[in-house]
Amino acid sequence: MGIDFKALQETVKQRFGEQVLAWSEFRGQYGLHVKSGRIVEVLRFLRDDPATKFVMLTDVTCVDGLKLPETMEQGFPERFAVVYHLYSLEHNDRLRVKAFVPEDPCEIDSAAGLWAAANWGEREVFDLFGINFRGHPDLRRILMPANYEGHPLRKDYPLKGRGERDNFPKYTEIPEA
Amino acid sequence: MTTQQVEGVSAQVGAGPESKSGEAGFITTKLNALLDWGRKNSLWPMPFGTACCAIEMMATLSSRYDLARFGAEVIRFSPRQSDLMIVSGRISIKMMPVLIEIYNQMPEPKWCISMGACASSGGVFDTYTLIQGVDQFIPVDVYIPGCPPRPESLIDAVMLIQQKIARNQRQTKLYDRTRHPLDFEPVALVSNAAEAPATLTGSRHSLPPKDVRTVAEKDEA
Ligand code: SF4
Repeated sequence: MGIDFKALQETVKQRFGEQVLAWSEFRGQYGLHVKSGRIVEVLRFLRDDPATKFVMLTDVTCVDGLKLPETMEQGFPERFAVVYHLYSLEHNDRLRVKAFVPEDPCEIDSAAGLWAAANWGEREVFDLFGINFRGHPDLRRILMPANYEGHPLRKDYPLKGRGERDNFPKYTEIPEA
Repeated sequence: MTTQQVEGVSAQVGAGPESKSGEAGFITTKLNALLDWGRKNSLWPMPFGTACCAIEMMATLSSRYDLARFGAEVIRFSPRQSDLMIVSGRISIKMMPVLIEIYNQMPEPKWCISMGACASSGGVFDTYTLIQGVDQFIPVDVYIPGCPPRPESLIDAVMLIQQKIARNQRQTKLYDRTRHPLDFEPVALVSNAAEAPATLTGSRHSLPPKDVRTVAEKDEA
Protein backbone atom coordinates (compact mmCIF):
# COMPACT_ATOMS: atom_id res chain seq x y z
CA MET A 1 0.00 0.00 0.00
CA GLY A 2 1.36 3.38 0.88
CA ILE A 3 0.60 6.72 -0.61
CA ASP A 4 1.73 7.75 -4.08
CA PHE A 5 3.44 10.96 -3.08
CA LYS A 6 4.34 11.87 -6.66
CA ALA A 7 0.66 11.95 -7.56
CA LEU A 8 -0.14 13.75 -4.33
CA GLN A 9 2.35 16.49 -5.15
CA GLU A 10 0.52 17.07 -8.42
CA THR A 11 -2.92 17.19 -6.85
CA VAL A 12 -1.86 19.51 -4.09
CA LYS A 13 -0.17 21.78 -6.58
CA GLN A 14 -3.30 21.91 -8.71
CA ARG A 15 -5.60 22.57 -5.81
CA PHE A 16 -3.56 24.99 -3.78
CA GLY A 17 -1.18 26.43 -6.34
CA GLU A 18 0.77 29.31 -4.91
CA GLN A 19 0.18 28.15 -1.33
CA VAL A 20 2.71 25.37 -1.76
CA LEU A 21 6.26 26.47 -1.07
CA ALA A 22 8.14 23.22 -1.37
CA TRP A 23 8.13 19.48 -0.92
CA SER A 24 10.87 17.76 0.99
CA GLU A 25 11.86 14.14 0.97
CA PHE A 26 14.33 12.42 3.24
CA ARG A 27 14.67 8.63 3.39
CA GLY A 28 11.07 8.11 2.45
CA GLN A 29 9.70 10.76 4.81
CA TYR A 30 7.77 13.48 3.00
CA GLY A 31 7.22 17.03 4.04
CA LEU A 32 4.90 19.64 2.60
CA HIS A 33 5.81 23.28 3.16
CA VAL A 34 2.96 25.72 2.76
CA LYS A 35 2.01 29.27 3.52
CA SER A 36 -0.19 29.67 6.54
CA GLY A 37 -3.06 31.44 4.76
CA ARG A 38 -5.20 28.46 3.75
CA ILE A 39 -3.76 25.92 6.15
CA VAL A 40 -7.13 24.59 7.29
CA GLU A 41 -8.17 23.91 3.70
CA VAL A 42 -4.91 22.10 3.03
CA LEU A 43 -5.25 19.99 6.14
CA ARG A 44 -8.90 19.23 5.45
CA PHE A 45 -8.02 18.09 1.96
CA LEU A 46 -5.27 15.82 3.28
CA ARG A 47 -7.60 14.39 5.87
CA ASP A 48 -10.58 13.75 3.62
CA ASP A 49 -9.09 12.89 0.24
CA PRO A 50 -9.49 9.14 -0.36
CA ALA A 51 -5.97 8.98 -1.76
CA THR A 52 -4.42 10.19 1.48
CA LYS A 53 -6.87 9.83 4.39
CA PHE A 54 -4.60 11.38 7.00
CA VAL A 55 -7.21 10.87 9.67
CA MET A 56 -4.82 11.02 12.59
CA LEU A 57 -2.96 14.05 13.84
CA THR A 58 -0.06 12.71 15.89
CA ASP A 59 1.51 16.01 16.86
CA VAL A 60 1.41 19.75 16.50
CA THR A 61 4.65 21.52 17.22
CA CYS A 62 6.60 24.55 16.18
CA VAL A 63 10.05 25.65 15.09
CA ASP A 64 11.54 29.05 15.74
CA GLY A 65 13.77 29.97 12.83
CA LEU A 66 15.34 33.01 14.44
CA LYS A 67 18.95 33.56 13.36
CA LEU A 68 19.25 30.39 11.38
CA PRO A 69 22.58 29.86 9.62
CA GLU A 70 22.54 31.20 6.08
CA THR A 71 22.53 27.77 4.52
CA MET A 72 19.21 26.98 6.19
CA GLU A 73 17.53 30.36 5.80
CA GLN A 74 16.44 29.43 2.30
CA GLY A 75 13.88 26.94 3.55
CA PHE A 76 12.57 29.32 6.18
CA PRO A 77 10.65 32.17 4.58
CA GLU A 78 9.12 33.28 7.90
CA ARG A 79 10.27 33.20 11.46
CA PHE A 80 8.05 30.39 12.75
CA ALA A 81 7.00 27.09 11.27
CA VAL A 82 4.01 25.32 12.79
CA VAL A 83 4.49 21.64 12.11
CA TYR A 84 1.67 19.12 11.80
CA HIS A 85 2.50 15.43 11.85
CA LEU A 86 -0.15 13.46 10.04
CA TYR A 87 -0.70 9.73 9.90
CA SER A 88 -2.90 7.78 7.57
CA LEU A 89 -4.24 4.66 9.20
CA GLU A 90 -5.58 3.39 5.92
CA HIS A 91 -2.38 3.74 3.92
CA ASN A 92 0.05 3.39 6.82
CA ASP A 93 1.97 6.45 5.77
CA ARG A 94 2.98 9.72 7.31
CA LEU A 95 3.30 13.31 6.19
CA ARG A 96 4.80 16.36 7.81
CA VAL A 97 3.13 19.66 6.99
CA LYS A 98 4.98 22.85 7.79
CA ALA A 99 3.10 26.13 7.74
CA PHE A 100 5.21 29.27 7.99
CA VAL A 101 4.00 32.00 10.30
CA PRO A 102 5.50 35.48 10.41
CA GLU A 103 6.50 37.15 13.62
CA ASP A 104 3.87 39.81 13.21
CA PRO A 105 1.00 39.02 13.08
CA CYS A 106 1.86 35.76 14.77
CA GLU A 107 -1.35 34.04 13.77
CA ILE A 108 -2.59 30.95 12.03
CA ASP A 109 -5.97 29.27 11.73
CA SER A 110 -6.69 26.56 14.25
CA ALA A 111 -6.99 22.94 13.18
CA ALA A 112 -8.97 22.07 16.29
CA GLY A 113 -12.09 21.79 14.15
CA LEU A 114 -10.49 19.04 12.08
CA TRP A 115 -8.87 16.94 14.76
CA ALA A 116 -9.75 17.06 18.44
CA ALA A 117 -6.11 16.22 19.06
CA ALA A 118 -5.10 19.63 17.77
CA ASN A 119 -6.72 21.33 20.73
CA TRP A 120 -4.05 20.65 23.33
CA GLY A 121 -1.23 20.57 20.82
CA GLU A 122 -2.04 24.06 19.71
CA ARG A 123 -2.38 25.22 23.27
CA GLU A 124 1.14 23.97 23.89
CA VAL A 125 2.47 25.79 20.84
CA PHE A 126 0.66 28.91 21.99
CA ASP A 127 2.08 28.55 25.47
CA LEU A 128 5.69 28.00 24.50
CA PHE A 129 5.98 29.87 21.19
CA GLY A 130 3.24 32.44 21.40
CA ILE A 131 1.51 31.53 18.14
CA ASN A 132 -2.11 32.66 18.18
CA PHE A 133 -4.48 30.11 16.73
CA ARG A 134 -7.50 31.85 15.26
CA GLY A 135 -10.75 30.09 16.07
CA HIS A 136 -9.27 27.87 18.74
CA PRO A 137 -12.04 26.95 21.22
CA ASP A 138 -9.94 27.35 24.36
CA LEU A 139 -6.61 29.05 23.84
CA ARG A 140 -5.09 29.06 27.32
CA ARG A 141 -1.65 28.18 28.59
CA ILE A 142 -1.28 24.47 29.17
CA LEU A 143 2.19 23.95 30.69
CA MET A 144 3.31 27.20 32.23
CA PRO A 145 1.40 28.86 35.09
CA ALA A 146 -1.47 31.02 33.93
CA ASN A 147 0.21 34.22 35.09
CA TYR A 148 3.47 33.46 33.32
CA GLU A 149 4.79 36.16 31.03
CA GLY A 150 6.45 35.39 27.75
CA HIS A 151 6.92 32.29 25.66
CA PRO A 152 9.97 30.42 26.85
CA LEU A 153 10.79 28.26 23.84
CA ARG A 154 11.27 31.24 21.57
CA LYS A 155 14.91 31.60 20.65
CA ASP A 156 15.08 35.15 21.95
CA TYR A 157 13.92 34.08 25.39
CA PRO A 158 16.82 34.03 27.89
CA LEU A 159 17.90 30.59 29.01
CA LYS A 160 17.53 31.32 32.69
CA GLY A 161 14.29 33.20 32.34
CA ARG A 162 13.49 36.76 33.22
CA GLY A 163 13.07 36.41 36.95
CA GLU A 164 9.87 34.35 36.95
CA ARG A 165 11.21 31.77 39.35
CA ASP A 166 12.21 34.47 41.83
CA ASN A 167 9.25 36.73 41.46
CA PHE A 168 6.21 34.59 40.90
CA PRO A 169 3.43 35.45 43.35
CA LYS A 170 4.09 32.59 45.68
CA TYR A 171 3.11 34.01 49.02
CA THR A 172 -0.23 35.41 48.11
CA GLU A 173 -1.48 32.02 47.04
CA ILE A 174 -1.23 30.46 50.50
CA PRO A 175 -4.42 30.42 52.51
CA GLU A 176 -4.08 31.86 55.97
CA ALA A 177 -3.23 29.02 58.38
CA MET B 1 12.03 0.70 100.00
CA THR B 2 10.66 -2.67 100.85
CA THR B 3 12.09 -5.85 99.53
CA GLN B 4 9.98 -8.77 98.48
CA GLN B 5 10.73 -12.39 98.03
CA VAL B 6 9.29 -13.44 94.68
CA GLU B 7 10.03 -17.01 93.84
CA GLY B 8 13.47 -16.74 95.24
CA VAL B 9 14.34 -13.53 93.43
CA SER B 10 14.99 -10.46 95.43
CA ALA B 11 13.53 -7.37 93.86
CA GLN B 12 12.84 -3.85 94.93
CA VAL B 13 9.41 -2.50 94.31
CA GLY B 14 9.85 0.57 92.16
CA ALA B 15 13.26 -0.41 90.91
CA GLY B 16 12.09 -0.13 87.35
CA PRO B 17 11.24 -2.62 84.63
CA GLU B 18 14.71 -4.07 84.74
CA SER B 19 13.97 -5.74 88.01
CA LYS B 20 11.88 -8.25 86.06
CA SER B 21 9.97 -9.18 89.10
CA GLY B 22 6.68 -9.22 87.32
CA GLU B 23 5.59 -6.47 89.65
CA ALA B 24 4.63 -3.04 88.46
CA GLY B 25 7.60 -0.70 88.18
CA PHE B 26 8.05 2.85 87.06
CA ILE B 27 10.46 5.11 85.32
CA THR B 28 10.63 8.86 85.55
CA THR B 29 11.06 11.25 82.66
CA LYS B 30 9.94 14.61 81.41
CA LEU B 31 6.75 14.69 79.42
CA ASN B 32 8.46 16.55 76.61
CA ALA B 33 11.20 13.99 76.43
CA LEU B 34 8.65 11.22 76.26
CA LEU B 35 6.77 12.94 73.46
CA ASP B 36 9.97 13.55 71.55
CA TRP B 37 10.96 9.95 72.01
CA GLY B 38 7.66 8.94 70.50
CA ARG B 39 7.87 11.39 67.63
CA LYS B 40 11.44 10.47 66.85
CA ASN B 41 10.62 6.81 66.48
CA SER B 42 7.43 7.15 64.52
CA LEU B 43 8.10 9.74 61.83
CA TRP B 44 5.44 9.57 59.19
CA PRO B 45 6.86 10.90 55.93
CA MET B 46 4.92 12.83 53.36
CA PRO B 47 6.63 11.93 50.09
CA PHE B 48 6.77 14.80 47.66
CA GLY B 49 8.44 12.88 44.85
CA THR B 50 8.44 14.82 41.62
CA ALA B 51 11.39 13.33 39.76
CA CYS B 52 14.15 10.75 39.71
CA CYS B 53 15.09 11.26 43.36
CA ALA B 54 11.73 9.76 44.26
CA ILE B 55 12.95 6.43 42.86
CA GLU B 56 15.73 6.38 45.42
CA MET B 57 13.24 7.33 48.09
CA MET B 58 11.08 4.36 47.12
CA ALA B 59 14.14 2.13 47.24
CA THR B 60 14.86 3.41 50.72
CA LEU B 61 11.37 2.52 51.81
CA SER B 62 11.40 -0.94 50.32
CA SER B 63 12.72 -4.05 51.94
CA ARG B 64 16.38 -3.80 50.99
CA TYR B 65 17.06 -0.54 52.82
CA ASP B 66 13.99 -0.81 55.01
CA LEU B 67 13.24 2.57 56.52
CA ALA B 68 10.93 0.69 58.89
CA ARG B 69 13.98 0.08 61.05
CA PHE B 70 13.80 3.76 61.92
CA GLY B 71 10.09 3.79 62.42
CA ALA B 72 9.54 5.90 59.32
CA GLU B 73 8.00 3.45 56.91
CA VAL B 74 4.43 4.68 57.20
CA ILE B 75 4.29 6.78 54.07
CA ARG B 76 1.29 9.06 54.29
CA PHE B 77 -0.16 10.54 51.17
CA SER B 78 -2.32 12.78 53.27
CA PRO B 79 -0.46 15.75 54.71
CA ARG B 80 -2.83 15.78 57.65
CA GLN B 81 -1.34 12.57 58.94
CA SER B 82 2.34 13.16 58.34
CA ASP B 83 5.09 15.08 60.06
CA LEU B 84 8.10 14.69 57.80
CA MET B 85 8.08 16.28 54.36
CA ILE B 86 10.56 14.67 51.96
CA VAL B 87 10.95 16.90 48.90
CA SER B 88 12.58 14.61 46.39
CA GLY B 89 12.86 15.99 42.92
CA ARG B 90 12.68 19.09 40.82
CA ILE B 91 10.12 21.70 41.80
CA SER B 92 8.88 24.02 39.10
CA ILE B 93 7.31 27.38 39.69
CA LYS B 94 3.95 25.82 38.90
CA MET B 95 4.50 23.11 41.51
CA MET B 96 5.82 25.32 44.28
CA PRO B 97 2.43 26.74 45.38
CA VAL B 98 1.18 23.15 45.62
CA LEU B 99 4.16 22.19 47.75
CA ILE B 100 3.63 25.18 50.03
CA GLU B 101 -0.03 24.38 50.41
CA ILE B 102 0.62 20.75 51.27
CA TYR B 103 3.35 21.81 53.66
CA ASN B 104 1.00 24.20 55.39
CA GLN B 105 -1.55 21.43 55.77
CA MET B 106 0.80 19.25 57.75
CA PRO B 107 0.15 19.50 61.48
CA GLU B 108 2.79 20.72 63.89
CA PRO B 109 5.39 19.71 64.75
CA LYS B 110 6.84 18.96 61.35
CA TRP B 111 10.18 18.60 59.70
CA CYS B 112 11.42 18.76 56.15
CA ILE B 113 14.13 17.00 54.17
CA SER B 114 15.28 18.50 50.90
CA MET B 115 16.52 15.49 48.99
CA GLY B 116 18.96 15.82 46.13
CA ALA B 117 20.63 18.58 44.22
CA CYS B 118 17.44 19.71 42.50
CA ALA B 119 15.31 20.22 45.57
CA SER B 120 18.19 21.88 47.40
CA SER B 121 19.55 24.16 44.72
CA GLY B 122 17.91 23.52 41.37
CA GLY B 123 20.72 21.17 40.40
CA VAL B 124 21.76 21.29 36.79
CA PHE B 125 18.38 22.70 35.80
CA ASP B 126 19.17 26.38 35.89
CA THR B 127 16.23 27.18 33.65
CA TYR B 128 13.42 29.66 33.46
CA THR B 129 10.97 27.39 35.18
CA LEU B 130 12.73 25.64 38.03
CA ILE B 131 12.85 26.72 41.66
CA GLN B 132 16.47 27.11 42.68
CA GLY B 133 16.11 25.53 46.09
CA VAL B 134 12.85 24.87 47.91
CA ASP B 135 14.28 26.41 51.08
CA GLN B 136 13.53 29.79 49.60
CA PHE B 137 9.89 29.08 50.31
CA ILE B 138 9.60 26.42 52.97
CA PRO B 139 11.96 25.79 55.89
CA VAL B 140 14.28 22.84 55.40
CA ASP B 141 15.90 20.93 58.26
CA VAL B 142 18.23 18.58 56.41
CA TYR B 143 19.67 18.84 52.92
CA ILE B 144 20.89 15.75 51.12
CA PRO B 145 23.51 16.29 48.43
CA GLY B 146 23.74 13.98 45.46
CA CYS B 147 22.08 13.31 42.14
CA PRO B 148 20.39 11.16 43.16
CA PRO B 149 21.47 10.58 46.75
CA ARG B 150 21.99 6.96 47.71
CA PRO B 151 19.37 5.45 50.01
CA GLU B 152 22.02 5.48 52.74
CA SER B 153 22.05 9.26 52.50
CA LEU B 154 18.30 9.42 53.00
CA ILE B 155 18.59 7.10 55.98
CA ASP B 156 21.30 9.38 57.32
CA ALA B 157 19.02 12.36 56.87
CA VAL B 158 16.19 10.64 58.71
CA MET B 159 18.60 9.84 61.52
CA LEU B 160 19.70 13.47 61.64
CA ILE B 161 16.06 14.47 61.93
CA GLN B 162 15.68 11.97 64.74
CA GLN B 163 18.64 13.50 66.53
CA LYS B 164 17.13 16.90 66.07
CA ILE B 165 13.85 15.74 67.56
CA ALA B 166 15.67 14.06 70.44
CA ARG B 167 17.30 17.40 71.21
CA ASN B 168 13.79 18.83 71.29
CA GLN B 169 14.58 21.09 68.37
CA ARG B 170 11.77 22.43 66.33
CA GLN B 171 11.63 23.80 62.85
CA THR B 172 13.96 26.42 61.58
CA LYS B 173 12.61 29.89 62.21
CA LEU B 174 11.95 30.37 58.55
CA TYR B 175 8.57 28.93 59.21
CA ASP B 176 7.25 32.39 60.05
CA ARG B 177 7.85 33.32 56.50
CA THR B 178 5.33 30.92 55.11
CA ARG B 179 2.80 31.28 57.86
CA HIS B 180 2.46 34.98 57.35
CA PRO B 181 2.90 35.16 53.65
CA LEU B 182 1.47 38.59 53.20
CA ASP B 183 3.72 40.15 55.80
CA PHE B 184 6.80 38.98 54.07
CA GLU B 185 8.71 41.35 51.84
CA PRO B 186 11.33 39.30 50.03
CA VAL B 187 13.11 42.23 48.44
CA ALA B 188 13.57 44.13 51.66
CA LEU B 189 14.71 41.11 53.60
CA VAL B 190 17.40 39.85 51.33
CA SER B 191 18.74 43.16 50.14
CA ASN B 192 20.26 44.12 53.48
CA ALA B 193 21.46 41.31 55.69
CA ALA B 194 22.23 43.60 58.62
CA GLU B 195 18.66 44.79 58.85
CA ALA B 196 17.06 41.42 58.34
CA PRO B 197 14.95 40.22 61.27
CA ALA B 198 16.75 38.02 63.73
CA THR B 199 14.69 35.06 62.67
CA LEU B 200 16.28 35.09 59.28
CA THR B 201 19.90 35.83 60.08
CA GLY B 202 22.13 32.85 59.94
CA SER B 203 20.09 31.24 57.24
CA ARG B 204 21.13 31.48 53.67
CA HIS B 205 18.41 34.00 53.12
CA SER B 206 20.53 36.69 54.64
CA LEU B 207 23.06 36.27 51.86
CA PRO B 208 23.36 39.04 49.30
CA PRO B 209 20.34 39.03 47.04
CA LYS B 210 20.04 37.31 43.77
CA ASP B 211 18.47 39.40 41.09
CA VAL B 212 15.11 40.22 42.58
CA ARG B 213 13.85 42.73 40.08
CA THR B 214 10.42 42.11 38.68
CA VAL B 215 9.96 40.97 35.16
CA ALA B 216 8.81 44.39 34.11
CA GLU B 217 11.83 46.09 35.63
CA LYS B 218 14.16 43.71 33.87
CA ASP B 219 12.53 44.36 30.58
CA GLU B 220 13.07 48.05 31.04
CA ALA B 221 16.73 47.64 31.83
S1 SF4 C 1 18.97 15.63 42.04
FE1 SF4 C 1 19.34 14.31 40.28
S2 SF4 C 1 18.20 12.45 40.75
FE2 SF4 C 1 17.38 14.07 42.09
S3 SF4 C 1 15.66 14.94 40.99
FE3 SF4 C 1 17.47 16.15 40.46
S4 SF4 C 1 18.21 15.21 38.55
FE4 SF4 C 1 16.85 13.74 39.53
